Amino acid sequence: MTANELIRSSASAMAAKLAAKEVSAVELTQAHLDRIAEVDGGARGVHAFLHVNTDEALAVAADVDARRAAGEELHELAGVPIAVKDLIVTKGQPTTAASKILEGWMSPYDATVVKKLRAARMPLLGKTNLDEFAMGSSTEHSAYGPTRNPWDLDRIPGGSGGGSAAAVAAFEAPLALGTDTGGSIRQPGAVTGTVGVKPTYGAVSRYGAIAMASSLDQIGPVSRTVLDSALLQEVIGGYDPLDSTSLTDPSTGLVAAARVGNVKGMKVGVIKELHGEGFQTGVEKRFNESVELLRSAGAEIVEVSCPNFRYALGAYYLIMPSEASSNLAKYDGVRFGMRTLPAEGPLTIERVMSATRAAGFGDEVKRRIILGTYALSAGYYDAYYGSAQKVRTLIQNDFAAAFAQVDVLISPTSPVTAFKLGEKIHDPLSMYLNDIATIPANLAGVPGLTLPGGLADEDGLPVGIQLLAPAREDARLYRVGAVLESLLEAQWGGPILDKAPALAELVKTAAAAKEAN
Amino acid sequence: MAAINRDEVAHLAQLAHIEMSDDELDRMATELAVIVDSIKSVSEAAGDDVPATSHPIPLTNVMREDVVGHVLTVEEALSGAPDAASGRFKVPAILEES
Repeated sequence: MTANELIRSSASAMAAKLAAKEVSAVELTQAHLDRIAEVDGGARGVHAFLHVNTDEALAVAADVDARRAAGEELHELAGVPIAVKDLIVTKGQPTTAASKILEGWMSPYDATVVKKLRAARMPLLGKTNLDEFAMGSSTEHSAYGPTRNPWDLDRIPGGSGGGSAAAVAAFEAPLALGTDTGGSIRQPGAVTGTVGVKPTYGAVSRYGAIAMASSLDQIGPVSRTVLDSALLQEVIGGYDPLDSTSLTDPSTGLVAAARVGNVKGMKVGVIKELHGEGFQTGVEKRFNESVELLRSAGAEIVEVSCPNFRYALGAYYLIMPSEASSNLAKYDGVRFGMRTLPAEGPLTIERVMSATRAAGFGDEVKRRIILGTYALSAGYYDAYYGSAQKVRTLIQNDFAAAFAQVDVLISPTSPVTAFKLGEKIHDPLSMYLNDIATIPANLAGVPGLTLPGGLADEDGLPVGIQLLAPAREDARLYRVGAVLESLLEAQWGGPILDKAPALAELVKTAAAAKEAN
Repeated sequence: MAAINRDEVAHLAQLAHIEMSDDELDRMATELAVIVDSIKSVSEAAGDDVPATSHPIPLTNVMREDVVGHVLTVEEALSGAPDAASGRFKVPAILEES
């Protein structure tokens, strides 16, 4: 098997090859580092990575090989490399949240999920790009330049976790960690033809995830197959005393659910409010086909209504900025991160803080801090933040009513396929609308999964199918997701990423064309 | 509900400790007015009888034994500080000298 074939396999297939000693962890890790060198850099590279962790990744891989040779019992994913979204803190590598304010910052501690990856002996390939502090749906709000979609280098990879999704879609990593506050794992998954899961709120510890909106944020897996996400969620999930909102449920049964292989007798609800008007034609068409495939596999399809979902976006854009404005108050130019001195006048702490935050935060972050400060200010609190919290109750009630009728819900993940870089950057509101189908899950804390549903006829770009389950029932997503994935792949004759353009040539040709200009 | 205007944005920027130029204030006021307008329907969605939800999964207080757990060393805590002296964060003047 060539290195190129090796990096295109699933994480579970890589794990099997490692266990069978057909390939070493060093070879596997090196193959991914070579791929990163080939497609990530340069003027027209994918730019999924903000930092590449070459030496440590190879050292961990070598250690895995030595232990395996000595006959030690290892975790199933030991030696399978992984990329980490740069919103999650890591010792020994910079963590920037894609913000200037944290440029070069080295965390003195590891996030709980990172500790778990290290305990499983998974080499960390590096840190992936995102919208600054995870605020955005295109990765264009990164202070270090956008990530490009491996399907079309002129298009966005989604956001905020565009780096993690693009890294996996470009075969730079078989697995990645993401974070999802309003869709930041799922929407990038949809537009890059990959899989991503937002677990139940509290199922995976948030300790060490740089907070945006604490009641919505959730760390989750990013991968190319449903089974791989299940494997990764079992590694990172479970109770953590360092996160007070962590659930005590064990992180088990997800891989088994992905291997059940049937949906006979399951009830699948189509959310009336989350398809049709406002959804791109090709998205709607692929979505309807996926629903029919599940029906043909023996699932019962029921239409359900969630009437309060129409208030979800509004409630989200009150709750999220309110929590973000509070969480981002810690960037004060004193304890960590950058400090900027005012150009003139006295050097008081207040003026230094204002100058630091003016220079360190990008436009979208400032916009959300101001909006949150507004929503929380005296006189507006009840009308805005208070009302938004009530809408949260209404949305939970909608989910409760729907799940009284069905086992899982289904909708398109994103209303549109990947748009062009620059297309929506100056129109915040149209950017926010990308998350219309993903936000309700965060407001209610329920788990959601996206998997590729095919390519839209009009532009040949990936369409994402979203599955939603009741809180603590993440296993249902993996069961239904794996079945739908296998039915779709049988139609396509292989994984959807087989249809993506040959990236190495694309990056080279594009860079050459740019140079010629 | 009141629309958001430039003076209000200037006041909010001051509260949030973010210095803003005149251009930035103008732009921010225009953009925020559009956003606020689109989300104000939220205040009409729920009546007084609907309880508020602050967290997605209801949880009660989490307690632990009152013993020292893992803490950062002074060196670790100060490792990312822009300025430090004698094992402490060093801050600019709190008060303006008159």
